[in-house]
Amino acid sequence: MENQRVLPTRIRPDRGLAHIDWRELWEYRELLFILIWRDIKVRYKQTLLGAAWAILQPLGAMLVFTFFLGKLAHVPSDGIPYPVFAYSGLLLWQFFSRALTEASTSLVVNERVITKVYFPRLLVPSSVVLAGLLDFAIAFVLMLALMAFYGIGASWSVLLAPLFLLLAMAVALGVSFWLSAFDVKYRDVRYTLPFLTQIWLFATPVVYPSSLVPAWLRPWYGLNPMVGVVEGFRWSLLGVPGSPNFAMIGVSIITVALVFAGGVIYFRMMERSLADLI
Amino acid sequence: MTDTAITVEGLGKRYQIGQREPYGALRDMLMDALRAKCRPAAETIWALKGVSFEIKQGEVVGIIGHNGAGKSTLLKILSRVTKPTEGKADIWGRVGSLLEVGTGFHPELTGRENIYLNGAILGMRKAEIARKFDEIVAFAETEQFLDTPVKHYSSGMRVRLAFAVAAHLEPEILLVDEVLAVGDAAFQKKCLGKMGDVAKAGRTILFVSHNMAAIQNLCASAFWLDHGTTAASGKVGPVVERYLKSVTASASTFLGDRKDRRGDGRLRFEEFSVTNSQTGDPATCGSPATLAIRYVGNPPLRNVQLSIGIFTVLGEGAMYLSNDLVGKQLDNLPAAGVMSCRVEKLPLLPGRYSVNLYCTINGVLADWVTDAARFDVGDGDFFHSGKLPPPGYGTVAVSQDWNVVL
Repeated sequence: MENQRVLPTRIRPDRGLAHIDWRELWEYRELLFILIWRDIKVRYKQTLLGAAWAILQPLGAMLVFTFFLGKLAHVPSDGIPYPVFAYSGLLLWQFFSRALTEASTSLVVNERVITKVYFPRLLVPSSVVLAGLLDFAIAFVLMLALMAFYGIGASWSVLLAPLFLLLAMAVALGVSFWLSAFDVKYRDVRYTLPFLTQIWLFATPVVYPSSLVPAWLRPWYGLNPMVGVVEGFRWSLLGVPGSPNFAMIGVSIITVALVFAGGVIYFRMMERSLADLI
Repeated sequence: MTDTAITVEGLGKRYQIGQREPYGALRDMLMDALRAKCRPAAETIWALKGVSFEIKQGEVVGIIGHNGAGKSTLLKILSRVTKPTEGKADIWGRVGSLLEVGTGFHPELTGRENIYLNGAILGMRKAEIARKFDEIVAFAETEQFLDTPVKHYSSGMRVRLAFAVAAHLEPEILLVDEVLAVGDAAFQKKCLGKMGDVAKAGRTILFVSHNMAAIQNLCASAFWLDHGTTAASGKVGPVVERYLKSVTASASTFLGDRKDRRGDGRLRFEEFSVTNSQTGDPATCGSPATLAIRYVGNPPLRNVQLSIGIFTVLGEGAMYLSNDLVGKQLDNLPAAGVMSCRVEKLPLLPGRYSVNLYCTINGVLADWVTDAARFDVGDGDFFHSGKLPPPGYGTVAVSQDWNVVL
């Protein structure tokens, strides 16, 4: 009976490039679910309006932008009623920016656990990002209501919407890996974040159409991974007249992959000294 | 060879001095990069260096040492929280750690929810937690609060619940760090019992504690770490004995070379120490404490009056001890010796204190040293409730009894 233990856990100093232990991550999947469940549970604890915030936030932002950009500034919206146009972008954007904001400081917030118990640290920012999906789902109901109200029917392209949501998650995860690991060493992250998400919002076609950007610039514009993601998401839901700029979306998808892979690798490198630095 | 639980070879951990500071700012990094060329490499210290040992399955090993001796670093490496700088360790079996229980509790979640959360963080599967759930709750004695958020728990209840979860992890190797410092006496006994059970079930335990009585009760062998290296190891008795001797020496202050003293010098304070009377450790709030003064003098030393004035570091008087107060005669003392005062239940709250020593012989000042020594009073459980008064309400804890009078 005692011979079932074949291999020991080997503890060695870290050298060279980080590798990712997929088998271990798989073994810890239950912990990931429990952490997601925790983040969802505590999200709206001790708030008056509770989960209604999930709808109120994108809705409030949509109303503000509709009034100032749609009504006063007459920003075009590719022939779609501006409120639906803006909401489809804000829906995805709020998921993204919120995931970014919370996940980027998640390691430091969970410092007590991290310095005491071992588990793959990738789970910490990941659970925060994934927990945001519930808010997204709630806010999505309003999206459907808006589409029905303005009489916009979905076409076959709606099947691609989950793909773009997945890409948004990949960007959020990738950037969160970068920032959360960086935050452990340099707490500048928390001061940079509000600024960063603000700038990023305006560098992304959330409240204005990408058709405002000169055609020759669009592939470069796509270097911002969220450009392709938001544009693609909106197109898949609302079927913007005229096919989307596939070159731009393609460039974005490549950047998404790079940001994600780079984030994982950087995170794993930092993970070694995490408990000492935090 | 399969009965080995842990082998450690030449394990070392180096920290950069300042690396553990709260946090850096980007500015520092940029400045460092600029200065890198003209500045020598950052200073480093080895928290652990060249530690090797082997632990067999089912052994219960105590790890002792002063604060900062590397005990926690060792456990952190073995529990994989941090990586070693050099050397290696192999561990056969699942490791459960009780490095400060209750980590991962979320104050907003209920007791029930926290059992699942904490269990999962410690490495239990959901099904496993569900199976042991009732047992955990019974052990923690928190049935009626299961659906109350943990933030409303008393610290004692929180500790009980946390320990209950951790104790039911049933790992092959259990790492325990200082858990017994908290909780009431009855619960501590229960915890020790549980650890005993775990040990009897053939599991391996590494137990870090300052409680020498617990170490001697539970462990067959012990391991003394001093400044990151092995100072002694072997059977628990001799190791603890040697360690205790070193503790008494270091928790004391040598006064022999102090020049700033008054008095005629017929008696001179040589050394002052404050220790926990039972364990020989630094004193803690609520535990018996022994204040000892080693002296040399010119007999006859008749009718000696000794006063120990204790002040907070801010200089406020905190406590006054004197043989005169209690009417205890110190007469015809030998030319050299130790005068000691035992305080049954040290009322000083955790913190740093300064000591004035004052001695008269037949009413004539013999020696007087102000700020003779500084000592720390550690966290303790004065009220057996796990609680201490909030800061800002004086410097001492006062025993009290509460009743409702009809």
